[in-house]
Amino acid sequence: MNQFQNFTKGFIKENPILVLVLGTCPTLATTSSSLNGMGMGIATTFVLIGSNVVISLLSNVIPDKVRIPAFVVIIASFVTIVDLLMQAYVPGLYEKLGIFIPLIVVNCIVLGRAEAYACKNSVFSSFIDGFGMGLGFTMALGILGAFRELVGSGSVFGHKFINGDGILVFILAPGAFMALGYLIALINRFKRT
Amino acid sequence: MEYILIIISAVFINNVVLAQFLGICPFLGVSNKVNTALGMAGAVTFVIVLATMVTYLIQIYVLNKLGIGFMQTITFILVIAALVQMVEIILKKVSQPLYQALGIFLPLITTNCAVLGVAILVIKKEYNLIEGVVFGASTAIGFGLALVILAGIREQLELVDIPKGMKGVSISLVIAGILAMAFMGFTGIVK
Amino acid sequence: MAKTESTFRNMVLSLTLISLGASACLGFVYQMTKEPIELSVLNKKLSAIKQVVPEFNNNPNDEMYRLPTGDGDSLDIYPAIKDSLVVGYAVNTYTKKGFSGVISLMAGFKPDGTIVNITVLDQKETPGLGTKMTEPLFKSQFNDKNPSLFNMKVKKDGGNVDAITAATISSRAFCDAVQRAYNTLQKGNQK
Repeated sequence: MNQFQNFTKGFIKENPILVLVLGTCPTLATTSSSLNGMGMGIATTFVLIGSNVVISLLSNVIPDKVRIPAFVVIIASFVTIVDLLMQAYVPGLYEKLGIFIPLIVVNCIVLGRAEAYACKNSVFSSFIDGFGMGLGFTMALGILGAFRELVGSGSVFGHKFINGDGILVFILAPGAFMALGYLIALINRFKRT
Repeated sequence: MEYILIIISAVFINNVVLAQFLGICPFLGVSNKVNTALGMAGAVTFVIVLATMVTYLIQIYVLNKLGIGFMQTITFILVIAALVQMVEIILKKVSQPLYQALGIFLPLITTNCAVLGVAILVIKKEYNLIEGVVFGASTAIGFGLALVILAGIREQLELVDIPKGMKGVSISLVIAGILAMAFMGFTGIVK
Repeated sequence: MAKTESTFRNMVLSLTLISLGASACLGFVYQMTKEPIELSVLNKKLSAIKQVVPEFNNNPNDEMYRLPTGDGDSLDIYPAIKDSLVVGYAVNTYTKKGFSGVISLMAGFKPDGTIVNITVLDQKETPGLGTKMTEPLFKSQFNDKNPSLFNMKVKKDGGNVDAITAATISSRAFCDAVQRAYNTLQKGNQK
């Protein structure tokens, strides 16, 4: 697989949310608007790239048996760094995402990529893998967020497209589940043909 | 009275899964059969209560004392992971039946964000130890409730002809959405 | 490079080193972001104060004082002073009567008690319904009103306030918070 395929596999073929269905918690919780979804995606991408690179650098040094705890420490450090940076420079977004920033630690995507890819591949490939997967995650969050915002309040990224109130339930919790459910169904439909 | 408020609010109004979106992975993963759902719910309750207590004490007596609150995430996740391992080992030695019932779920729990989520929320909401434990336990009960309801519905789904693309995760999510809508009816009962 | 073997010594050594490295990095980032974080919290407060009181040239944050609310709590009062003349007070008020959780407001008053402006600091109301309290359409109806003449209750309860459609509870809570600020300020300043 060349680097380009490696980069783009996270977009559709192995999209972490829509195909692998990993990391659903932040996906549902932070996509009440497109901006929040994208913010969460970018924060996760940063953690993914960082942890992937460091883990592939250290993969030879870390003994196999303590692999998982070591990975968790590395991931948690990157999450805390993102947490502090966001608190300092984008306080508005930080408040909206709230508890889901520290919870990137338990996002299965991050540990999953570390375990399945970064500890077996070169630093550069791991960087590309993290970047691609992160972008795929961000895209899925952005699409879901934009859809929910459009249907729920008639705007995308805060710009009004439809006048009126929209179907409120799509911004609320039930809409999150349903929107993701139908989005996955749609992807399944296309994969089959 | 305050405890009753915490319990009702955590179980019904702010249900972890259906309103707060924590612990969705196991919610979708182990909700095929009512029995497995019950096992998972039991294991999660056990770990959440224990983890809430330990992380609370660590936050108050170690992190706050040393003024290193920024190490919260990293400490909590390690403590939870270690705790889950310990519970697994102890359970194996002490009670075989209990281990057989809960054992297979334990490794999955470390990455259940409800556990870490509750630990962080207890600190954020400035609960004391007892309130924290009550909150943790009722959150876990809320998780179990949602899990068992979904499992019950999914068992029935096996008899139904579902469109191909909707099978599996997709239909579960839509059902969860409808459940969430039902749970929204609880908002406002505590006034 | 050969793979490190999983001997006890290696495991302890590598975990310790990784943890040390991680803590060092975090400590560094914490030191680096400490000031910007404090600054952004302060800026948020100051910009809220600026929105709700007439122009001032002191630093309200330094002259902040607390007044008791009468039910055992107290509110932060930020006096706005221009050329050593008090032009207004910004009151950081709250209510627990919201639809979900505490609503926190910054309410600005002239010295005679007339409301200048109100801004919402924190709320967790239902998106699309209760959250409309942050929009001028609802909250600007309070501007230039004096609570001694303006009955701060929703019209349903016999007051003068136009409630948000389908969010009466949130509207009532908003009034409650503003009323609390007004009462506290009036009582405190009479002394």
